[in-house]
Amino acid sequence: MSDPVIEASDVTRTFMISAGFMRGKQPLHAVNGISLNVERGEVLGIVGESGCGKTTLAKMMLGLLEPTSGTLRLDGKLVGAAHRIEVARILQPIFQDPYSSLNPRKSIGDIIMLPLKVQNDPDPATWRKRAEDIMDLVGLPTRVYNNYPNQLSGGQRQRVAIARALINRPKIVICDEPTSALDVSVQSQILNLLQDLRGEFGLTYVLISHNLAVVEHMATRVAVMYLGRIVEQADTDTLFKAPKHPYTQALLGSVLTPEPGLGVPDTHLGAAYPNPIDPPSGCTFHPRCAQVMDHCSKQAPPAVANGGMVECHLYAHGGGRKSPKRKSK
Amino acid sequence: MTKQILEIENLCVDIDVPSGVLRAVQNISFTVAKGETLSIVGESGCGKSITALSLMNLLPKSAKRSADKLTLDGRDLRDLNEREMSDLRGDAMAMIFQEPMTSLNPAYTIGNQLEEAMLRHRNVSTAEARDRAVFLLEKVGITAARSRLGQYPHQLSGGLRQRVMIAMSLMCEPALILADEPTTALDVTIQAQILHLLAELRHEFDSSLILITHDLGIVARVADRVAVMYAGEFVETGTTEQVFNAPSHPYTQGLLRCIPIPGKTKRGAHLGAIPGIVPNLVGRIEGCHFASRCPYADDACRTGDVALRPSFEKSHEYRCVLSPEICAANLKSGAAA
Amino acid sequence: MASISTARAGIPTAEQILEPSPGALLRKRIFGNTGLIIGAAVLLAIVFVAVFADVISPGDPYDQVLSRKLIPPIWHESAKATWEHPLGTDALGRDYLTRLFHGARISLFIGFAAMFISGIIGTALGVLSGYFGGRVDMVVNFILTTRLSLPVVLVALAVVSLVGSSLTVIIWVLGLLIWDRFAVVMRSATQQIRNLEYVAAAQALGCSTPRIVLTEIMPNILNHLIVVATLEMAHAILLEAALSFLGLGVQPPEPSWGLMVSEAKGMMFFDSWLIGIPGAAIFALVLAINLLGDGIRDVTAPENRN
Repeated sequence: MSDPVIEASDVTRTFMISAGFMRGKQPLHAVNGISLNVERGEVLGIVGESGCGKTTLAKMMLGLLEPTSGTLRLDGKLVGAAHRIEVARILQPIFQDPYSSLNPRKSIGDIIMLPLKVQNDPDPATWRKRAEDIMDLVGLPTRVYNNYPNQLSGGQRQRVAIARALINRPKIVICDEPTSALDVSVQSQILNLLQDLRGEFGLTYVLISHNLAVVEHMATRVAVMYLGRIVEQADTDTLFKAPKHPYTQALLGSVLTPEPGLGVPDTHLGAAYPNPIDPPSGCTFHPRCAQVMDHCSKQAPPAVANGGMVECHLYAHGGGRKSPKRKSK
Repeated sequence: MTKQILEIENLCVDIDVPSGVLRAVQNISFTVAKGETLSIVGESGCGKSITALSLMNLLPKSAKRSADKLTLDGRDLRDLNEREMSDLRGDAMAMIFQEPMTSLNPAYTIGNQLEEAMLRHRNVSTAEARDRAVFLLEKVGITAARSRLGQYPHQLSGGLRQRVMIAMSLMCEPALILADEPTTALDVTIQAQILHLLAELRHEFDSSLILITHDLGIVARVADRVAVMYAGEFVETGTTEQVFNAPSHPYTQGLLRCIPIPGKTKRGAHLGAIPGIVPNLVGRIEGCHFASRCPYADDACRTGDVALRPSFEKSHEYRCVLSPEICAANLKSGAAA
Repeated sequence: MASISTARAGIPTAEQILEPSPGALLRKRIFGNTGLIIGAAVLLAIVFVAVFADVISPGDPYDQVLSRKLIPPIWHESAKATWEHPLGTDALGRDYLTRLFHGARISLFIGFAAMFISGIIGTALGVLSGYFGGRVDMVVNFILTTRLSLPVVLVALAVVSLVGSSLTVIIWVLGLLIWDRFAVVMRSATQQIRNLEYVAAAQALGCSTPRIVLTEIMPNILNHLIVVATLEMAHAILLEAALSFLGLGVQPPEPSWGLMVSEAKGMMFFDSWLIGIPGAAIFALVLAINLLGDGIRDVTAPENRN
């Protein structure tokens, strides 16, 4: 029954960045050996804090960045910069900031029609009609067709970005923080719209967000990232009801829902986020982990399959111990 | 009756813009008691940040502030000149800004900036100021505090910088701390840590806190009392329990329906939405400011001013023509829909 | 479909779209900017004079009538002043007004041509290095540093004395020397735009790199380009005047303003208008172009900030 539309296997992306004055360049493993499948029709939520590599992963899926090693397959075909247009027909992004994701010098109509133009749609006579149809569908009045982005509100701009992503009927949409730049009341409108469109077009979403409440609401399956690795993967119910990895537990504990009287939880997360250039040894989470054990700092944790997947020493002894994939530093 | 630290009556801020006068804050009144946390919550453009800046008298030149009463610890702030005001800032009242990267000066060490905050206002030696800085850095959870004094802001992570900002705001034991979106730029786990810290420190130092945010989750967990702001006005005020458990104003009710709550909101179901956009605040708005987006609005809402009125309990007020009973019924029927 | 109707909630009505279009905003700001209006008016006047110099000139710029040399301009209290030569004549008896009009042609042509050449070189280098970064950026930076270490006037003097002087040589020498500001400004402008999400969106749509540069980057750095172009045009005009003054620019008998100043320098103390009139013309032209450039920058900058 598995029908993956995106298959990532052992994908790594390394940036060479300057470590400081006179210290030359050092590798930063933004994405460090990720294997992940996105199944057709699901909404896969990817959560994690800034710097965990979720945006880098999204850019690789979009073909904007080449993996340093490992392979990414889209509908069975290898993703690479060479097949940009083919990737574009299958997969489209929606970005976080609707203020910078639209070219201020182009009219709304031109922005929405751009995919048809670029992907050499054979029937230019229908472009205008199709643009107006999709505007109608995302809830944009067609009279803004000749307006410019600066004349629209944040929510409307995000609708324009959604219309542009959907006009050529992609199969997968990668939503990178689609609502975090929007006000609460507008955020809910956009989330509702994304839900509706998913039904209408049979879309698969990859939803990248740091807002766990949004991910819980939208996603059918969730992957938690920490320092370039996926540390836990499970379907949404399992993950939110019974989080396994201590990091997932801390993340969930940090969600502040508008329920008075509960106070601010103490997440027991120690030190600050580590420097990704110089990640901690063994399990990269061990300096912040409340349940740290002796061997956590020495040995990378194995991936334990238990319906979902979790990378943690706590669960290693029970179900079939696998050899750690990563070389420990 | 506890002592009121801040008392404000009919605070207005008008800003000159090319198209006219933008009435950013219109007749808001509130008090903050000693040790209390008041949260002003609202969406972008509602005037909550302008309110904070107007209290610190840090408004842009084009803005004019007026108030019938504006006292901090019994002292009238309205007639203070710039010099007297800057004596107060960082001393009796301190502010924590949203972006810790830009609110610390990158050219000075942490120690310099912390000590400066105290040397400016208190007659103390540098050594005493440094001891106080170390004491507070440890209080805000920074390890190896003494060695951190020589570090520059860019050497610290965002969460650490915000801790330094909090320590700095506490240097002179201010009566009132204004925190404008203190955790918006931070990750969720760091946000929880910082808020946890703020709550602890507030008990320890017994400072009053005005927390300005757009995040209802933070408000519900941190604040004692809440003021919901919309289009320059307070539309609902009350204790956190009153406002969150029995929201009366249609705007507050709508906002709370917009937010998915894990475990409570049905997954994938439609969230509530508030149609329309915030009205333009340039010029005068006739009638209720929320009328253009309100599902219950009729012609009566669009004429004349709508005043704040008490709900079932006296400390809970809202600005609507509908009676408390109708509002409570709306809350139920809205949740069912 | 019910779900879609809820999706439509939150759409402002026509009256709620308060912001006018970018074009309307621009027009409003242009007419509110005095410097820009004055600069544009003066520049337009000079362009008009240059284009129609043959028609509106009272005489021929090369016609020497030695018997009528050094007639002062009409505001001069001298019996010799005549309306036949409103600005008088030079030491060779050539009508000064005519030479001034034809000189405008040379100044504008050199300014524009040199700006055009340097603009193409500088913009190409700047956009390439800003867009691609990395190695390309390093190479461009090296070329730029090399260029910045060359003193413009000295190099121009050396080249001109080597290959001889002509209008074409002057234009090429200036064009090849003053592209540095174009490159610097275009590079930083491109770097800013390149990191915006609409460029990533265009890439994700499958746009080719040339297309992205032409349709996503260029329109958004055009305002910077226009500002630099005006400044560099003024720069080129001044350099031409300086070279001509030193005798290595435009050669006599061409009526270049710089050359006119140079020819008049011997008579500076006796017939000061000879040096004053072309000097004032250079001043007015450069000032007008600079006012225009500043005005364009002021008019386009706020839109960028939004």
